[in-house]
Amino acid sequence: MKPAPISEDDLHAWADGRLEAARRAEVEAWLAEHPQEAAALAAWRQQNARLHAAFDPVLAEAVPARLRAAATPGRWRPLRAAAALGWLALGAVLGATWNAPGWNAPGGARHADSHAQPADALIELPRRAAVAHAVYTPEQRHPVEVGADNEQHLVAWLSKRLGTPLRVPDLGPLGYHLMGGRLLAAEAGPGAQFMYDNATGQRLTLYVSAAGSGNGAAASFRFAEEEGISVFYWAENGFAYALSARQPRAALLPVADAVYRQLAP
Amino acid sequence: MPSTDALLAEIPRLRRYARALTGDATRADDLVQDTLERALNKWRLWRPGNLRNWLLTTMHHVFINQLAAENRLQYRDAAELPETPVAPAQSDGLELRDLGRALQALPADQREILLLVGLEDLSYEETARIVGIPPGTVMSRLSRARGRLRGLLAEGETLPAHLKIVK
Repeated sequence: MKPAPISEDDLHAWADGRLEAARRAEVEAWLAEHPQEAAALAAWRQQNARLHAAFDPVLAEAVPARLRAAATPGRWRPLRAAAALGWLALGAVLGATWNAPGWNAPGGARHADSHAQPADALIELPRRAAVAHAVYTPEQRHPVEVGADNEQHLVAWLSKRLGTPLRVPDLGPLGYHLMGGRLLAAEAGPGAQFMYDNATGQRLTLYVSAAGSGNGAAASFRFAEEEGISVFYWAENGFAYALSARQPRAALLPVADAVYRQLAP
Repeated sequence: MPSTDALLAEIPRLRRYARALTGDATRADDLVQDTLERALNKWRLWRPGNLRNWLLTTMHHVFINQLAAENRLQYRDAAELPETPVAPAQSDGLELRDLGRALQALPADQREILLLVGLEDLSYEETARIVGIPPGTVMSRLSRARGRLRGLLAEGETLPAHLKIVK
């Protein structure tokens, strides 16, 4: 029986090893009589081999952390949504909360209240910390300005900008490792945000800023929660601290306690 | 929803394909990251089945969106796209540089097909589904890509003296 004519598709399938044995034999018999096509096919096969030789080593490379994080669901999607809305939406929600009667003069703009209570900085603090947390933690590529690999520089730089020697708590025993930090615009000047993450990619942030006058006395722990972000905050020696995470209060408490103890003079 | 472990297991393959497709390690990982994020955003569209091919389909969409956004290359089904050589891939070794440069000189639509078949070892039918074109178009693009790559690689061996790669 005369074999079906050899098509170009057959030739590709031959080069890719996708022909059944019988058809393969027919193609090979045909190729024996067509040296020009046979040379092309040898070149195609060699292309496949060269592609594998060139790029298969990628398979053995360690997977970068940012890609492992990107494959971990449930963490960044809600955060990214919050960040997309960003200052506007979250700020509005939180602002509404904090602008509620009893916190500020009803209907009055925040800055119109020149006779702010001494505790004003701390009232602002959890809102600012939560917004900064929501804005920066979803960042995959630029979560921090200076990474933990430059920790010395990071601490020196932020200490200089905040005008006080900063200490970065070591949360390793709790499973959190410093990713790095960034400079922020806080209520009355520079603020700092340090970001940590754990093995499952959960991130928490420590926000530090000047607490303003009248807050020299140590303030005890306070807790706020907005939009699912838990914030523990306190003031000490003229500086305000806030620890934020998208975790339940009970889960964040031991971390906040460790931070508080380590930062205590 | 695909399990995280299953997703993690696919990352090396995605990185290999993306590296060959983009010719640049950082751009490749950006592409993989965008693909994973988009896949997780769209996981409701995923039907239990071939996770790898679903991810490759997602990567195809991300890739052509990026091309369009970068205005680097119009992604069209046209054989007569002007060749748009880009900077050669940074890599080790002459072989990869040579091959990488030749790959990047291929039109993106041909490069995709060549790599899905020749590097990812997918069947023509799977390739057609991933890129969303008829199988016949896969075969014609594959044919053009192989012919052109053969010419480019042969060219590399007969470059002018000052560009010649010494083996």
